[in-house]
Amino acid sequence: MSVDSQMSTGTGPAAQDAVALHEQPKISIVVEFSGGLEMLFSDQRRHSLSIPAVDKDGRPATVAFLIDYLCRNTMKDSRQELFVLEDHLRPGILVLINDADWELEGEESYEIQNGDNILFVSTLHGG
Amino acid sequence: MESASSKAEALRLQILKAESELEALRSQLEEFEAQPVPQNASPGPVFNAQSRDWKWPLKEDEYARYGRQLILPTVGIQGQLRLKSTSVLIVGAGGLGCPAAAYLAGAGVGTLGIVDGDAVEESNLHRQIAHSTAKLGQRKVDSLGHYCETLNPEVCIVTHATHLTPDNAEGIVSKFDLVLDCTDHPTSRYLISDICVLLQKPLVSASALRTDGQLIVLNNPAEPQGSLGGGPCYRCVFPKPPPPESVVSCGEGGILGPVVGVMGVLQALEAIKLISAGVGAQPKNPHAPALLLFSASGPTTFRSMRMRGRRTNCFACSASSTLSLAALKSGLLDYVQFCGVAAPVSVLRPEERIAAAAYNKLLGQNPELPHILLDVREKEHYDIASIPGAVNVPFSSFQLRKTDSEHPKPDWLPGDLPYDAPIYVVCRVGNDSQLVTRILKEMGLDGGGKRFIGDIRGGMRAWKQEVDDTTPFT
Ligand SMILES: [Zn+2]
Repeated sequence: MSVDSQMSTGTGPAAQDAVALHEQPKISIVVEFSGGLEMLFSDQRRHSLSIPAVDKDGRPATVAFLIDYLCRNTMKDSRQELFVLEDHLRPGILVLINDADWELEGEESYEIQNGDNILFVSTLHGG
Repeated sequence: MESASSKAEALRLQILKAESELEALRSQLEEFEAQPVPQNASPGPVFNAQSRDWKWPLKEDEYARYGRQLILPTVGIQGQLRLKSTSVLIVGAGGLGCPAAAYLAGAGVGTLGIVDGDAVEESNLHRQIAHSTAKLGQRKVDSLGHYCETLNPEVCIVTHATHLTPDNAEGIVSKFDLVLDCTDHPTSRYLISDICVLLQKPLVSASALRTDGQLIVLNNPAEPQGSLGGGPCYRCVFPKPPPPESVVSCGEGGILGPVVGVMGVLQALEAIKLISAGVGAQPKNPHAPALLLFSASGPTTFRSMRMRGRRTNCFACSASSTLSLAALKSGLLDYVQFCGVAAPVSVLRPEERIAAAAYNKLLGQNPELPHILLDVREKEHYDIASIPGAVNVPFSSFQLRKTDSEHPKPDWLPGDLPYDAPIYVVCRVGNDSQLVTRILKEMGLDGGGKRFIGDIRGGMRAWKQEVDDTTPFT
């Protein structure tokens, strides 16, 4: 059994996850950042990602899983506290799933579908 | 009796006068009746061209002034009359408030209130379009108020040269039908939302930073607390304030004029739509609340997001809310404390810091001093002005996560630099430089204390004040 090199983009724990999830199917999604959050993600607003369809316990990937995945794999900045505080998204960030507030979709427990567009927006205050 | 006969005389005179007036009217009527009647004219009263009694709901020149919007179904005569009888409060006379006020004054709202405690500064002028160079130092409310008056003298302008506070909010906001939040900080945004919930005023809220903008109409319909038929308030959307460290102002993050201008214009547009349809009227086709995202640099310029309704446990607008006008007025709600204040960075000991003047003196005494001056501001700041010899390594590049090969030798560190040559770190005002100094020491670059690593206290601002006052400070 060989590890698909495409599966792992990160290192450390992410790489271990990738090994564990090797047999698992993937889903393709688009994750976008705006309102300054893009600065934490390589100054890139739009990321096309292929993420595991299920978590390590075999449950479908949720938004909570995605947030953790992004922290481990996609975020290259060490200032994680600007994205996640106390295991949850930091206050002042909205999540929009396919152009709808995630609170209309079940918040962190929303099960991500193939082709979903998930947008993280930091609120702005300037005027 | 004499008085009776003189009264009779007066009456006779009055009758004579009335009869002669009647005669004059009869002859006028004959003249008109003698004129040929146009064939298609319908029978009925004919307009008397000699008496120009104004019988139209708007004033004569208002038909000319508002004609172009009057003929739109969105406005119409009914909408224009509603605009004329509506009062709108603009909180914040800055980048959002200037265009919003200008378009609302132009559209003919009856009363325009403006609240702002600031004066016009030079750094405002690239985006706050109602202020001008001649108005530097003037109160913003006066500058914007004057701009709107000259634009449309029909509008009654009411100015409040103060910031909105929990104490004055009720007195100011209660006099208006609709509120626009054009402020620039979370503290004011929560306060404005709360007072709008309490006084049942719809709220048009917008914000902008760098090249992004956001717009949302809140508390619409403006139902009482506890009514889930009302629109969400700011707290429904953002129950918890963002940590103060994550709040970036236009001064720190920058702002492009047209970006905040677009958002202010959109606020005016939402207000006009709301008023024309009738503030407080139940919309015929109520649509879900939406958040509009604008991005001048993203792949999609405008995106509309469907948002939640009122939160059943909202601190402000829910049935269980304890928010009241009395609580607000008594100062029970400390908005500054609620939103928090970013603590000044203080991680270095005094001996790890050097004054800007002291660094300059050091170099003056020994121009060949082997050392490195690291400027950790972002590139745009560095490109504008920097200290001679400074090397730019932006703060964000120190935030990259460490890889497994811990602490590779940084590429900005020349290989031939003596092991004990000092490293000085400078930033904008002396916060990031402290954090970078810490990081450099954690990387072991101080050789266990053989090399001095420290920051320039007060950053480029101090350099300008203490050493070279020609340095542009951004
Ligand atoms: Zn609410």
